Amino acid sequence: MSGSFVFAQARVIDPAAGTDEVRDVVVADGVIAGPEAGEGAERIDARGLVLAPGLVDLHAHLREPGEEHKETIASGTRAAAAGGFTAVAAMANTVPVTDHAAIVHEVRDLAAAAGSCEVFPVGAITKGLLGESLAEMGEMVDAGVRVFSDDGRCVPTARLLRNALVYAKAFPVEVVLADHAEDASLVEGGHMHEGLQSYSLGLAGRPGEAEEIAVARDLALARATGGRLHLCHLSSARAVELVRRAKSEGVRVSAEVTPHHLAFTDADLTTYDTAKKMNPPLRSATDRDALRAGVADGTIDVIATDHAPHAVEEKDMEFDLAPPGTIGLETALAAALTYLVEPGIVPLARVLEALSTTPARILGARGHGGPIEPGSPANLVVFDPGQEWVVEPPFVSKARNSAFTGQRVRGRVRFTMLYGSLTVADGKPTR
Amino acid sequence: MNKHLLSMHDLTAEDVVRILDTAESFREVGTRVIKKVPALRGRTVVNFFLENSTRTRISFELAAKRLSADVINFSAGGSSVAKGESLKDTALTLQAMGADAIVIRHSSSGSPLQLTRWVDGRVLNAGDGTHEHPTQALLDLYTMREKLGHLEGLRVAIVGDVMHSRVARSLTFGLVKMGATVTLVGPPTLIPPDAPAWGVQVSYDVDSLLPTLDVCYMLRVQKERQRLEYFPSVREYARLFGLTSARAATLPERALIMHPGPMNRGVEIDSDVADQPESVIEEQVTNGIAIRMALLYLLLGGSRDGEAA
Repeated sequence: MSGSFVFAQARVIDPAAGTDEVRDVVVADGVIAGPEAGEGAERIDARGLVLAPGLVDLHAHLREPGEEHKETIASGTRAAAAGGFTAVAAMANTVPVTDHAAIVHEVRDLAAAAGSCEVFPVGAITKGLLGESLAEMGEMVDAGVRVFSDDGRCVPTARLLRNALVYAKAFPVEVVLADHAEDASLVEGGHMHEGLQSYSLGLAGRPGEAEEIAVARDLALARATGGRLHLCHLSSARAVELVRRAKSEGVRVSAEVTPHHLAFTDADLTTYDTAKKMNPPLRSATDRDALRAGVADGTIDVIATDHAPHAVEEKDMEFDLAPPGTIGLETALAAALTYLVEPGIVPLARVLEALSTTPARILGARGHGGPIEPGSPANLVVFDPGQEWVVEPPFVSKARNSAFTGQRVRGRVRFTMLYGSLTVADGKPTR
Repeated sequence: MNKHLLSMHDLTAEDVVRILDTAESFREVGTRVIKKVPALRGRTVVNFFLENSTRTRISFELAAKRLSADVINFSAGGSSVAKGESLKDTALTLQAMGADAIVIRHSSSGSPLQLTRWVDGRVLNAGDGTHEHPTQALLDLYTMREKLGHLEGLRVAIVGDVMHSRVARSLTFGLVKMGATVTLVGPPTLIPPDAPAWGVQVSYDVDSLLPTLDVCYMLRVQKERQRLEYFPSVREYARLFGLTSARAATLPERALIMHPGPMNRGVEIDSDVADQPESVIEEQVTNGIAIRMALLYLLLGGSRDGEAA
């Protein structure tokens, strides 16, 4: 579906350029073209719609290779496109683990063949995600990896993370070390946020201080080494405050939050809904409000999905036996609009920056995140900010473990464009 | 009453009174030569026990049999669950077999609630993980009311590992609902810090509390908690929180000593204390059958003459 397009009279929000204006956007030969459309361009009436740089997810689990019964790169990237994404970072906990260049190439090639979304593999920090010795980062950097993470597991020792932060300075490009910050000894065996709700439901807890301790440790190491740290899916008010202070002191750190942590709290677990079981867990309303404020003031740089698909039979289990995680690619934009923009907490342009421009920069995803100017690759999303819908299966993703199932949300993707080709047209994936 | 009994939160104070009164009328059945009424004739009750429990299973089995229901015991041992079949698939099988009521014991908190999504029959929680054990709480309330005449205003201490005890949760919620004054006592590592939000008091000093009590309810100590660093040793636990003869002597005259069983004699309760007249531990067991008869009867809508209501 590549060709020439005119998105006529769209509200164009370009966080990279700092602009927000109603105008035509012309696409030809895969890039943004000049203001005049050529002969035969397909005209798309975009009045009332927002056009922005395609969304970029810094944190998704695409499960391939190894767990194709949960999701494949083809199904996961289709889901991403349906959610308005043009680039996705694929986490390293594949089978085998993405801890060497061959898997990096395999993941990227499978994504290219599927053609829905550009995929940027994340490399493991430690071999086999075992938390013992460093993976061969240099080989993966040469293969294009810019973000490393043992996500799902906290880097177990301060010494190991320190060495990774220092070692990464060897590379000519900026390499980011992303940590799932939860102290392992405090969360062992835990299934939800520890507090009145967990005590009442009889579920073992994962206390907020587990995150606070790990974040404090990681920030101390980033400060001491000058290394580049990224903190995955912050979930607690105290962690947000630690990051805020560290940033004011010049520590090289960025942070992300998931849509589900912005939307829900541990009070939503009274029905033992395994779709709302995730790590780190949903916490208190105070924590959720601090996360929202953190996005508003920029302490939290990025909204990332932590898209974690599981097979139906894996989630249809007893709460303590079900694996953690929720899918999120198809609902991230609507969740951000519903829980941040609509209540007036975060302006739309800032939300789009956190969903696109900033993660593109961290990921080294050139051609994504804007600016929307002549000559730039046409990686775009066009959405209706006012359209209401109820989240319900089936999903484009192979999985259906969505924490948002049953929620009425606002904001629906109408078109997604990847290098000038429509991956979503009139709300439907084209591939 | 709710369709299922999953948690004490499912019951109003009026429901509790109705259950205790119904149990009262059924207790007489257990004293007959032929201990049987036809109330649930033709109904099928499945005891679905995925965690070892001889006492509760036998109690439910007797209760259902005394009501003339058909009883199927389905335990984890030789079942499909042990072969890796999921809870959901097993539940669908029980559903297909026409179970009118499923009594579930499971090591996973919340599994009885999940079961209600997959079956049409009534679900009775016979203990789920570290969540609740409402039939135990109801039989305990029955025993307290019978021995002391009322529940409102009773001063009750629940002593031990409250954090991991489903008995403690259900009993706490039930007692608070009925207007009793509850104090949770134990090592601070085993008392939820947010427990006062349940409407209870918290104490770490069993000695000062004992002389003020109407009921001293001892919880079983799980010895593996010691390995998980919650307390230093069983010996120290017994020294600080065990109900010794000397401690029991400081209880007021009519105060009851209760325990849900099975007991660790010499740990949370001394043998002599367990066997003294103030201890009503065996009566708790007897009353358990009457309470479970009442619950099956009320939830399945039976009638005393055998016709469905």
